[in-house]
Amino acid sequence: MRESIRFYLGNVRHEVSGFSPTRTVLDWLREDRRRTGTKEGCNEGDCGACTVLVVRLEGDTLVWRAVNACIQFLWMLDGAQLFTVEDLRSPDGALNPVQQAMVDLHGAQCGFCTPGFVMSMVAYCKTPGASMEDEAINTALAGNLCRCTGYAPIVRAMKQALTKPGDALDTQTEAIKIRLKALADGQTVEIAGPEGRVTLPASADALAAAYQADPQATLVAGATDVGLWVTKGLRTLPHLISVGLVPDLHKIESTPEGLRIGAAVTYTEAKEPIAALLPDAGEIIRRIGSTQVRNAGTVCGNIGNGSPIGDGPPLLIAAGAVLKLRCGEAHRSLPLEEYFLAYGKQDRQPGEFIESVVIPQPQPGTVFRAYKISKRFDQDISAVLGAFSLVFDDAGRIATARIAFGGMAATPKRAHATEAALQGQFWTETTVKAAQDAMKADFAPISDMRSSAWYRQTVAVNLLTRLFVETAPEHTGTETRLAGWKEQAHV
Amino acid sequence: MSEALTKPTAQIVPGGASKSLRHESARMHVSGSAAYIDDLPEPQGLLHVVPGLSTKAHARIVSMDLEAVRAVPGVVCVLTAADIPGDNQVSAVGKGDEPLLADGEVSFYGQPIFIVVAESRGVARRAAKLAKIEYEERSAVLNIAQAREAGGVLVWRPLVMSRGDVETGLAAAPRRLSGQVTVGGQEHFYLEGQAALAQPGEEGEMRVWSSTQHPTETQHMVAHCLHVRSNLVTVEVRRMGGAFGGKESQANTPACLAAIAAHVTGQAAKMRLDRDDDMMMTGKRHDFVIDYEVGFDDAGSILAVDMALAARCGWAADLSGPVVDRALFHADNAYFYPDVRFKSEPLKTNTQSNTAYRGFGGPQGIVAAERVIEEVAFATGLDPLDVRVRNVYGTGTRNITPYHMTVEDSIAAEIMTQLAGRCDYRQRRQALRGANKSSPFIKRGIALTPVKFGISFTATHYNQAGALVHVYTDGSVQVNHGGTEMGQGLHTKMVQIAMREFGLTEDRVRITATTTGKVPNTSATAASSGADLNGMAVLDAVQKIKARLVSFAAEHWQVPEESVQFLPDGVQVGEQIISFPELTKAAYFARVSLSANGFYKTPKISWNPATGRGRPFYYFAYGAACAEVAIDLLTGENRIERVDILHDAGQSLNPAIDIGQIEGGFVQGAGWLTMEELVWDDTGRLRTHAPSTYKIPACSDRPRIFNVALLENSPNQEATIFRSKAVGEPPFVHGVAVLQAISDALASLNDYQTCPQLDAPATPEQILRTAERMRQQAAH
Ligand SMILES: Cc1cc2nc3c(=O)[nH]c(=O)nc-3n(C[C@H](O)[C@H](O)[C@H](O)COP(=O)(O)OP(=O)(O)OC[C@H]3O[C@@H](n4cnc5c(N)ncnc54)[C@H](O)[C@@H]3O)c2cc1C
Ligand code: FES
Ligand code: FES
Repeated sequence: MRESIRFYLGNVRHEVSGFSPTRTVLDWLREDRRRTGTKEGCNEGDCGACTVLVVRLEGDTLVWRAVNACIQFLWMLDGAQLFTVEDLRSPDGALNPVQQAMVDLHGAQCGFCTPGFVMSMVAYCKTPGASMEDEAINTALAGNLCRCTGYAPIVRAMKQALTKPGDALDTQTEAIKIRLKALADGQTVEIAGPEGRVTLPASADALAAAYQADPQATLVAGATDVGLWVTKGLRTLPHLISVGLVPDLHKIESTPEGLRIGAAVTYTEAKEPIAALLPDAGEIIRRIGSTQVRNAGTVCGNIGNGSPIGDGPPLLIAAGAVLKLRCGEAHRSLPLEEYFLAYGKQDRQPGEFIESVVIPQPQPGTVFRAYKISKRFDQDISAVLGAFSLVFDDAGRIATARIAFGGMAATPKRAHATEAALQGQFWTETTVKAAQDAMKADFAPISDMRSSAWYRQTVAVNLLTRLFVETAPEHTGTETRLAGWKEQAHV
Repeated sequence: MSEALTKPTAQIVPGGASKSLRHESARMHVSGSAAYIDDLPEPQGLLHVVPGLSTKAHARIVSMDLEAVRAVPGVVCVLTAADIPGDNQVSAVGKGDEPLLADGEVSFYGQPIFIVVAESRGVARRAAKLAKIEYEERSAVLNIAQAREAGGVLVWRPLVMSRGDVETGLAAAPRRLSGQVTVGGQEHFYLEGQAALAQPGEEGEMRVWSSTQHPTETQHMVAHCLHVRSNLVTVEVRRMGGAFGGKESQANTPACLAAIAAHVTGQAAKMRLDRDDDMMMTGKRHDFVIDYEVGFDDAGSILAVDMALAARCGWAADLSGPVVDRALFHADNAYFYPDVRFKSEPLKTNTQSNTAYRGFGGPQGIVAAERVIEEVAFATGLDPLDVRVRNVYGTGTRNITPYHMTVEDSIAAEIMTQLAGRCDYRQRRQALRGANKSSPFIKRGIALTPVKFGISFTATHYNQAGALVHVYTDGSVQVNHGGTEMGQGLHTKMVQIAMREFGLTEDRVRITATTTGKVPNTSATAASSGADLNGMAVLDAVQKIKARLVSFAAEHWQVPEESVQFLPDGVQVGEQIISFPELTKAAYFARVSLSANGFYKTPKISWNPATGRGRPFYYFAYGAACAEVAIDLLTGENRIERVDILHDAGQSLNPAIDIGQIEGGFVQGAGWLTMEELVWDDTGRLRTHAPSTYKIPACSDRPRIFNVALLENSPNQEATIFRSKAVGEPPFVHGVAVLQAISDALASLNDYQTCPQLDAPATPEQILRTAERMRQQAAH
């Protein structure tokens, strides 16, 4: 067992111990290291001013990811290479191509958002297959807010930088690999600090044991949720247990049951495999948080927090996903919807944790659609999320309907009455109308700062219309979406 | 001035004023080395200050138990109103209605009551939550409707502007209609939150580094709160991470609180607000409810307009008086109303004290003016663009504003027509209407709106500025002036003026932090006037030094003064070229002063609110925007498909920077009118106090096609700095085109027969509700 964490900041190896388990990367950088290039704009993962680059070795490849330093705990850097804006210039002082493009094309006005943008842009440049398309760039930069420029010059700079051959960091690739390999010692880490401790189990077994020994501990996967309990809720968390750095939970596997997504798998990693199974889900995942949030946040953490407005749960419930739980040596499975018992209450025993979620292969003849409705398209919490899975029989009747909504109840919830109205029917306007009437019995949403109950109810009902228009052959060619329609041609 | 104006561009040094130059801090911005307040080296023993905020909208404080706060290890002290050595008052307009810390009574949810001073910010934040405050609640008014119901207490005198006889004009008009438009508020969301660092010095001196747009006012406030004279307080700001008006008066509170903490403890103290506290505490753009009545004829000529503009001002006056006045100044936008009356109603509410925000009330007035145009267009069946062009101010006639100022250069019609041609407005409008017929769920709309924006502070005495320019003997130059840099490129432009005048390249001219120690008694950098005022002051200082150098050179080299010229490759002295360093060194040895201060006051302006008459503005800046949007009738989602802007920056001081202001201003304006929504609950608690719930435009929200151009060959008619025009606020107004385009898309629901009367912000929900109403109208 190790009692310190080890990582690189720039070219300097850091071995740190005895710190508070809730110390964030941002506070450590700004307060302890006085590396003030990385800014704090919100301290809750929404503005991207604190974006830093975390590099990890996966197999033999380096994976470069932009994350929000404000909601990453320092210990989450164990085994990683961290770069901040201060590390980008080449040794002779020349600007990184991204920096140069931002200077040339007037990408900074007040400059406060700029270091964060630059880091996101550098990360994007290092993404295999990074495209010049506006849509792709928008997605890469959705987690960085700029109040001054209106983004236009930043996108121009992004495009200019993409035409450049690479940067000084690329020349260090081999050296970084060697360093990171040397850091990977496969040990469980236990840090005790003034305000509590943190355990980084080296395996799922070690995690099970640690959690069983202290069921009061807080599990942390990507901390995109737990981080805010600290930075905004000002909570002290006496014992954290890491899920996100457990190697055997960091796996996506095809199993006979379906696609199995381990508890340490981030949304970024899960996006393509899930989209391959359920194309429309790809667009939803693209809109969960931002690039930085998806680079840290996990699919299972999105379930773990039990939020009624999480996007993953309704999506996965409609897809018929099954949750795999583990407590000590005991394993059990349950249909995902049964996990959510009530607001703030889940079917999880003390010491029990989510090991994975399994998404079954859709049956032939399945039509799957999911719609995320929010005030802003990108990086916004849903007012309503509707996910629909219809299986048609050979005669064209709806054999089964699974429909789940987020934002409409105290938990992610299936629309049983709506489903019943659809079951066994032909897919016609009359059927849709009946289902829409039935939906009124399914939900009694609330009003809040995101939208009113009226809006939620109206939109939920209207989404059935959208579903119908998108899937009924007589409506082929009718435009139904302002965002994300490209991925889903009529089927 | 005359030489400066006629200088052929070939003689302007690269990057000199009137040419594009990158931001003076660009390399630092991208490298993370540009320092904001929280990045400055921390003095030894620095303490951190965190406020404790009210959790009631209106209440008497019955008791305060702060023991638990004090008991937290690391807490140095907890200070309340009683601990303020001087005045517990930060009213920016001297009204005395804005205590720095609540004293016995709280007037809004989020008002600072006490401060925790601690060794770390984390400790202070956690300790602040431990206060036990007992309140006795009082009735609170939270919005315009409630304020009116409760008798309509005002924070400022109402203003009436009138010309002609509106009653008669309305009565005589062949047609008339009336309506109401609601315009939402807006959070500034400067990326750098409010921050100040105070360091005590000798004998009561206090140095304050503050993220402020108004160092002089911050200096005065700190002095009053500490009960010292202004000469003991120095306020400095190198740059702000955005401000947009939100750091004009709002920056005073953190500066004063940090200074008080520093004064009491004798140690340096920093207050950097957490984003949520910042949004809970500080004022925002005023939301308005505007009632209008308009008389017009079938040809779309507006004959009379009567408007009442009510604003939610919050709990104290702050800058609400001039803000609400400016809404009136712009309720005509670019249009001549033969008979007109505007009345203001600056209402007091138990919410954050609303304040300056880019446009300063003007955009709200313009939204109302454009709604009136839209109403007339629907009533007459005309294209709104035709109604606009028909009603713009004339030259020679039809050119008197509601405040009796003559519009001397009405170019709005010309700009609109030029833009409509460039972006195929008419054809596209036709095509969209056709396409909408066959698209049941996605509808598209288009609109082209103008802006005419008055430039100058309406408080006449604010229209003055100072500068201080030093030339060193190696020929390098340091420029200082009273304006502050918040991203708008003001410092860059000031450097460019010195570059152009001296013929020096960028590396020879350095701008330094703005400080009350160098240029005193300055005005806020606001009202878009930063470059106009300070630029002339810098020019004045530079020309003083130049004049001394010219007479020195003429005497020293025995040439006539006219033959001395400052050129990009050196100073022409008769037949020879002397390098600038050589000249300055020689001048120094000849005991010529190489430092000068400059001063400027705007000519021609005056304004008398009592009579509602005057010439409050030196000139107007113009522009027009054409926006095309798509909306989804099932969800209310919306998207800006294309925007074309043609904007008048006069003879631009820096086209690249001005285009940046236009692009950024547009997106901010569009955000205000679409997705940005402030929501308070029934207890008066702001529920959208963080970027997780308050959504400003993200990258994908910018228009998919975005063309911005500066109006060419349009030097300012007035003798402004190199004939440029102010460009900070006017482009913000271009966002109005988006609201009108969404409205146009909605109008398709009733076959373009009725005005959708779409209120702002046009959130998805607002759009869906309006669509519902349109469908009902269509069904009848
Ligand atoms: C800026 C921002 C934007 C966001 N946008 C969205 C959005 O659009 N849609 C959306 O759905 N969510 C959004 N979120 C919420 C959050 O990012 C997601 O819920 C994310 O998936 C959480 O994953 P995580 O790994 O970061 O969880 P963590 O923060 O690590 O944990 C979340 C919760 O799950 C528990 N937990 C973690 N792992 C396990 C486990 N294996 N077993 C049991 N319990 C576990 C934790 O104890 C905690 O209660 C956003 C968050 C931020 C900060
Ligand atoms: S500070 Fe805003 S995302 Fe981290
Ligand atoms: S440049 Fe000011 S926030 Fe982006």
